[in-house]
Amino acid sequence: MKDKLLPILIISSCILFILRLFWIQIIDIDNVQLSNKNSVERIYQYPERGYIYDRNNNLLVGNESFYDLMIIPKDVKEIDTIEFCRIFKINKLELIEKIIRATKYSIIKPSVFLSQISKKDFALIQEKLWKYDGFYIIRKSNRKYLTKSASNILGYISEVNDYEIKDNSYYESGELIGRQGLEKSYEIELRGIKGVKYFQKDKFNRITNSYKDGLLDTLIIPANDLRLGIDITLQRYGDSLMKNKFGSIIAIEPSSGEILSLVNSPSFNPNLLIGRNRSINYVKLKNDSIGKPLFDRGLQGQYPPGSPFKLVNGLIALQENIINNKTTIRCNEGHFYSKNRFMRCHCKIGTINNLNKAIYNSCNTFFANIYKKTLDKFPNSKLGIDNWKKHIESFGFGNYLGYDHPIGRPGLIPGSNYYDKMYPNGRWKAATTISNGIGQGEILTTPIQLANLTAIIANRGWYKTPHLVKNISKKSPKEKYTEKKFTTIDSIHFEKIIEGMFNVIQKGTAQNAKIKGIEVAGKTGTAENFIKINGNRLQLTDHSIFIGFAPKDNPKIAIAVFIENGYWGTRWAAPIASLMMESYLNKKVNRKYLERYIVNGNLMEEYKKPYLKSNFKINE
Amino acid sequence: MNEINLKKIDLTTVFTVILLIIMGAVNIYSTTHADNLESPLSLNNPFGKQIVFILISIFLFLSIQLVPYKFFQKFASIVYIISILSLLGLFVFGKNINGSTAWYQIFGFGLQPSEFAKPITALALAKYLSDINANIKTIKTQFYSFLIIFVPVLLIIIQPDPGSTLIFLSFFLVFYKIGLPSIYMNFFIGFILLFFLTILLSKQTIILLILTISILTILYLKKKQKSIRKVLIYSLIFSAFVFSVDFIFNNIFEQHHRDRFNIVMNIQEDNRGIGYNTNQSKIAFASGGIIGEGFLKGLQTRGNFVPFQHTDYIFSAIGEEWGFIGASIVICLFAFLMLRISKRAELQRNLFSKIFSYSTATIIFSHFFINIGMVLGLVPTIGIPLPFFSYGGSSLLGFVLLIAIYIRLDSERTSKW
Repeated sequence: MKDKLLPILIISSCILFILRLFWIQIIDIDNVQLSNKNSVERIYQYPERGYIYDRNNNLLVGNESFYDLMIIPKDVKEIDTIEFCRIFKINKLELIEKIIRATKYSIIKPSVFLSQISKKDFALIQEKLWKYDGFYIIRKSNRKYLTKSASNILGYISEVNDYEIKDNSYYESGELIGRQGLEKSYEIELRGIKGVKYFQKDKFNRITNSYKDGLLDTLIIPANDLRLGIDITLQRYGDSLMKNKFGSIIAIEPSSGEILSLVNSPSFNPNLLIGRNRSINYVKLKNDSIGKPLFDRGLQGQYPPGSPFKLVNGLIALQENIINNKTTIRCNEGHFYSKNRFMRCHCKIGTINNLNKAIYNSCNTFFANIYKKTLDKFPNSKLGIDNWKKHIESFGFGNYLGYDHPIGRPGLIPGSNYYDKMYPNGRWKAATTISNGIGQGEILTTPIQLANLTAIIANRGWYKTPHLVKNISKKSPKEKYTEKKFTTIDSIHFEKIIEGMFNVIQKGTAQNAKIKGIEVAGKTGTAENFIKINGNRLQLTDHSIFIGFAPKDNPKIAIAVFIENGYWGTRWAAPIASLMMESYLNKKVNRKYLERYIVNGNLMEEYKKPYLKSNFKINE
Repeated sequence: MNEINLKKIDLTTVFTVILLIIMGAVNIYSTTHADNLESPLSLNNPFGKQIVFILISIFLFLSIQLVPYKFFQKFASIVYIISILSLLGLFVFGKNINGSTAWYQIFGFGLQPSEFAKPITALALAKYLSDINANIKTIKTQFYSFLIIFVPVLLIIIQPDPGSTLIFLSFFLVFYKIGLPSIYMNFFIGFILLFFLTILLSKQTIILLILTISILTILYLKKKQKSIRKVLIYSLIFSAFVFSVDFIFNNIFEQHHRDRFNIVMNIQEDNRGIGYNTNQSKIAFASGGIIGEGFLKGLQTRGNFVPFQHTDYIFSAIGEEWGFIGASIVICLFAFLMLRISKRAELQRNLFSKIFSYSTATIIFSHFFINIGMVLGLVPTIGIPLPFFSYGGSSLLGFVLLIAIYIRLDSERTSKW
């Protein structure tokens, strides 16, 4: 060993080095070479970003050329600064700063001097450009939105940031990426794949010929166009109804799960987020702390669902054989659900409700009772509530729905774990959770989950995951969106609930949602809500909620409307939903008086209240 | 001094070295050649200077061959002291280049005494250890041997030139060879392995590994009390070492030291900062391919993309312009040279010559291993030259001095001592 050590070391390290050379110089050669920007130049060809159409093939999003003014500092000669500043619409300080910045980056390499110049400005610049050495124009492409609506759906694109470049080898600095909305969730389909051509450079940095005869070059793969389930006419009509009101309207075609409209109010013009003023506009939108236009209430807002949730509890009670349609429960302006604990109801003393009547009168007593019985059917409340939760979750509550828009919230469906944490050592029972029976308490849902619930009821027990995109370049949507998902409730029970919902419109809480010639089924809701300002919990005016679908048989549209601080369901949400249905099904609206009332309705004073004074009145 | 000895010169070794020096000069020309009209032999460019150094080297080599061989043993101590003084003198007369005070400035040429300290320390060690009273198995001899190494190491560390100090560690191989108890070597190799493993994995994992191995060994050894105690002591010391490495790496090393290790061990990637040199050198190799791009045609080399390419990174120029074939030939030449020297060292009957010859092989090997390993991205960035190749007068003269003394001693091998 002693005599052999040095020879062994010498031989083994030489073998190691030769193997390493073999790896770098022969096996891994392309990998190392292509990462090398000294001798290999890459030139990209970009496919045009995919177009987006609505369900009736109206073009919503296309592309537009714009121009970047480039500078090569080395070539810049003396310039007439006054004329230059006038043509390019900048002031002298900006000009000096920009030249300094470009020089710092590189004297010989081009850098962007002014970005995203519009066609109009370009016309003027082009005529004068010959006077200025070292400046030239390159053409680029950006999004062009042909609608002022649906900004929350479409999203926007912007330049990739450093993290994205690091995470994803596809992108290079200066390229565009979908940032929000469909632009983000369908980024790969919309962008296509850029083609790459590799060129050999010589020592003077000039391109000589193609690298390895183009062996490694890749072809451009064109982008896909998207066709949405959105009906842009309906979407725009929704915008007009939501004027001066905050909230959302979500309409779904129950049979397909396609989202017909996803109105978020307040909305903004999607064209604000492209072009040179993008960041200024973005900051403005972000700083609107009352309207929060960038917050999608339909997808991100988590609220207690209120009375519409009673329908789900009714369905579960039917499925668990707690009630049938003959079961009656007496209400005395409410009831004691536990010793000394009273839940109020607006039914008169001595009202006797069956399921049908309880739905169209929205009786708290009835649904709180059957909820409690559903839980008490089991030996302990733990098993009871987890069984209840299992049913609820089959409706898509309590988790992300899985639709094709990047933003969303799961909502909250409390189970035994939740209450064990809240009330340790088993200090809770069915009665503790009684508010769940009427859709208040701990439950949180998003408006799109409520819209999905409506679609489930309309379909009598199943749904397809709601989705925005109908076709990707004429291909049908992903399998995920065509598969029927069944709830744990038998379809026979839905008819009983729908009967009640039909009566809500006929003789119940939402008679102003009646449409001549169309059978509408629905349910109103009114949800208490609170806000924290400077650490104080303040109650605000109730939210106005309505869910419904039409026609009752063979439904074409299921809709959920949610109006922040709209006071009660019938006031805003129910008529808005019925106008939407009428517009969609009849292609015109006859009830002009109702339309006028809604369009002119203004809740802005209500929204400013908590910011103006500390002691304000609610529900007035 | 007489003709018979000159005939016994190992010409194969000499021609191998000459070949290496010529190849080095060619590549220095390629890496520094500019497209200007100045003569390549001008003293203003590295190639011209290197030619001057080669001429001096030839003179140096021939003069050494004329020195009586007993001179080296006799005067080793004095030369060693002069060398130490020259290192000390740097603190007064030295010139600071690239952050370390390692050069004297004489007639426009830089002279780096640490390059000469390597062969001279080898001489001093050979002299001390070949003494009849010296026995490397005794603590006393070990202490003095370590001291001979430690003095120049200390002076070079202060400059600071961490690369050169590493070279002095390679003398441990020589000690081992002539009978240093293997326990030192076990620890030496164990420590190096553990050092890298600790950086790569967590210290908990390593300790667990050490425990497992020692338990298995104890089970295997069964009842040999003595061996079990030995195993326990080893595992205890190694565990303590792991903890201290962890501490040193995270608390005493500075960030740029950590970065160098992390890049080689693929823990972090940074092709713009500290990893730039290595990455550019890899690119140079890749563009060389199998047969290379040809003399003066390497794009990386001509574009000056690899920093320090005519000195520490010269091997990347070979890789690019002469390809896998050229680079492999260079590696094989070095292997041949080192194996030949170590084999002939075995045949030496004179202990002084044996130790010196063995040191020669070891010094060349440690330079070769660290330099090429670094250029290929296998070893952390440590700036030391490739023997006979890299541009630099002191380094070339230092190696020629080393090889010349070796040849001189080798030529006396068959004569009676």
